[in-house]
Amino acid sequence: MSGIGLPEIVAAIMVLALNAYALTGGADFGGGVWDLLARGPGREAQRALIAEQIAPIWEANHVWLILVVVMLFTAFPAAFAALGIVLHIPLTLMLLGIVARGSSFVFRSYGARDDASQRRWGRVFAVASVVTPVLLGTIVGAIVSGNAGAAAARLPAAPGAPAPSYVSVYVAPWLAAFPLALGALALAMFAFLAAVYLGVREPALRDAFRRRALWSAGAMFVAAFGALGVSGMTTPHVMGGLTRGGALVLQLLIAVAALSAIWALYARRWRVARVAAAAQVSLILWGWVLVQAPYVLPPTLTIRSAAAPRVTLELLVGALAVGAVVLLPALAYLFRTFAAERRVR
Amino acid sequence: MTDLLAARTQMALSLGFHIVFAEIGIAMPLMMVLAEWRWRRTGERAYLDLAHRWAKGTAVLFAVGAVSGTVLSFELGLLWPGFMRYAGALIGMPFSLEGFAFFLEAIFLGIYLYGWERVGPRAHLAAGVVVALSGAASAVFVVLVNAWMNTPVGFTLDAAGAFATIDPVAAMRSPAAFQQVLHMLLASYAATGMAVAGVHAFMLLRGAAREFHSRALMVALLVGAPAAVLQPLSGDVSARVVATTQPVKLAALEGQWATVRGAPLRIGGWPDAAREETRWALEIPYGLSLLAFHDPTAEVKGLRTVVPADRPPVAVVHLAFQTMVGLGSAMALVALWAGWCAWRRRALADERLLLRALVLVAPFGFLATEAGWIVTEVGRQPWVVQGLMRTASALTPMPGLVVPMALFTLLYLGLGAIVVALITSLVRETARTAP
Repeated sequence: MSGIGLPEIVAAIMVLALNAYALTGGADFGGGVWDLLARGPGREAQRALIAEQIAPIWEANHVWLILVVVMLFTAFPAAFAALGIVLHIPLTLMLLGIVARGSSFVFRSYGARDDASQRRWGRVFAVASVVTPVLLGTIVGAIVSGNAGAAAARLPAAPGAPAPSYVSVYVAPWLAAFPLALGALALAMFAFLAAVYLGVREPALRDAFRRRALWSAGAMFVAAFGALGVSGMTTPHVMGGLTRGGALVLQLLIAVAALSAIWALYARRWRVARVAAAAQVSLILWGWVLVQAPYVLPPTLTIRSAAAPRVTLELLVGALAVGAVVLLPALAYLFRTFAAERRVR
Repeated sequence: MTDLLAARTQMALSLGFHIVFAEIGIAMPLMMVLAEWRWRRTGERAYLDLAHRWAKGTAVLFAVGAVSGTVLSFELGLLWPGFMRYAGALIGMPFSLEGFAFFLEAIFLGIYLYGWERVGPRAHLAAGVVVALSGAASAVFVVLVNAWMNTPVGFTLDAAGAFATIDPVAAMRSPAAFQQVLHMLLASYAATGMAVAGVHAFMLLRGAAREFHSRALMVALLVGAPAAVLQPLSGDVSARVVATTQPVKLAALEGQWATVRGAPLRIGGWPDAAREETRWALEIPYGLSLLAFHDPTAEVKGLRTVVPADRPPVAVVHLAFQTMVGLGSAMALVALWAGWCAWRRRALADERLLLRALVLVAPFGFLATEAGWIVTEVGRQPWVVQGLMRTASALTPMPGLVVPMALFTLLYLGLGAIVVALITSLVRETARTAP
């Protein structure tokens, strides 16, 4: 069996949802990074802008992740189960980060106004915003490297059978160079997006966020090539996947997007920068897909072998189609309501 | 502590924590919308102020509900991968629909909370209506999954006991679906409405901002009191479904060991698993047969119809059931009392005895919800899917589950304390600043 069928369609929709999450929810985490790194006399103005930017939208943006999770366990239940087992530790840590980020943000917004409480919740918010993307990237790295799938395949089929060591199944797949490099890349990407979005939003703070955007573009570059270098040593199939045929075209497109973003930032063409930055991050995400296809959890579970029965996929695609008709206009309305650019004062 | 017990504790804690915020997320938007609608109709500033203040509290509680709900969606795989591998394709559908409902809820809550100055008055009110409706829809979809776990349908089994064919749409229409959804929705409106009413009753007793708090009390009672009165009726319907679909659960919640005709209804008492009898209960003859089957001589199956390994922990379930019924009945009585006063056109703010009763029952709804959730979940043990899959076979093979359990316990204790402190300070603020 080959070609594009229902399982591939569902998988593609999942990646689209993940892409939307990276561009929206990811940038909200990036905002927290810039809250942590706010410096200089404009410090409080930067923090206020970040809070104002994400307050109305972060919960909606966060739902993309939940949508990906429910699609994963509906359409590819075997993959969800395997990931839940071998990536228990980083997933739990990521959840703690998600809870800490979201609740500290509302505690700061609606809690006591005194400086001490504001600083305390601001600090929790900012630190959780840094840690969570690193874990998210690490989890992706553990999947794409094949570490997680290989560990899941080593689990004893029946209870009582001799089990491999705890570390080899539950720690080694993600606490490794390549996954951690992807963690760094995710953090840099989200910070980059946030800096660009914030610069678009507030002309008065553009200089500060332009510097930050360029710095984080540099960090992305370093993290991406670091990850590539590490993968050359530890996960040659990832390296191989990135350097053949279609992937090379994609690499070229990523380079074009990256250079456009940097040029636009230099030229202070903020709207162009926003489009280029979003394109760059999306293309990197699709690069992951290209390397990993046709596996949902390499090296064992393919999109086909892990897929739920046809009836489930049909219903899911139907629900997604109907849902999109309601959801996409609603999202557009949300962003239109709150994305108004500030005028120069 | 075994890994199974640790995982069950973590799941129970996560659900027990989230369910309170979920209920608030369902009912609070309705109350905000009612307050805003009253303001637009009457022009009374107190209603606008009320909508604003309730919105502040809702923003905090909704966010905590959103993140704790995220934890749950992952925990299904972190703790119970066996269950998800087995049933994900069959019961994923309502979860996906819930994802959409939650999406709409989050989008329009953002517009409601931050869009007072940015969208028109009709659009703002409509956004609130969408939040209220999609919150209720989320609850419907999630409870459909739980109802399926209690009364699984929509599949055929092969020789090895795995699903041969599945029908996800039929699985959403399991026998327990309607009653459980109804019971959960009423619980949300009753618990939240009566709790908020209790808070404002407390402020009225303290003599704070009478105009503001008496309007708040009226709106809260409008949502909470009818639901609290209807809930015992919905409970009766639920019990009858449990009696036919989950006889062992019914026997556990009533402490009924022997299979008899004309079974009595037990109030109180302690089910003793070793002696297989329930002692010190006040027994109402024929009561259980009458309630469960509407026939005083109907046969009620006892716990002894299954081997001890297939019975839930009877004492916990019986105690939780008694607690739920007791708290719910008290709420229904106070709600009726408030309704009677309102019908007689008395100013509720002057009925000090009623106000005290409202303060007393304020936490009852959430406590009853917790007790009810224990009844339905512990009452199904040792099964995660009734009669098909044992909870133990759903468990992750990962050892050391006591560690995440302890982590989440600390997290939720801390979060709970912070939320209570924050909401308290928001309420206190009204004493100084409300009109």
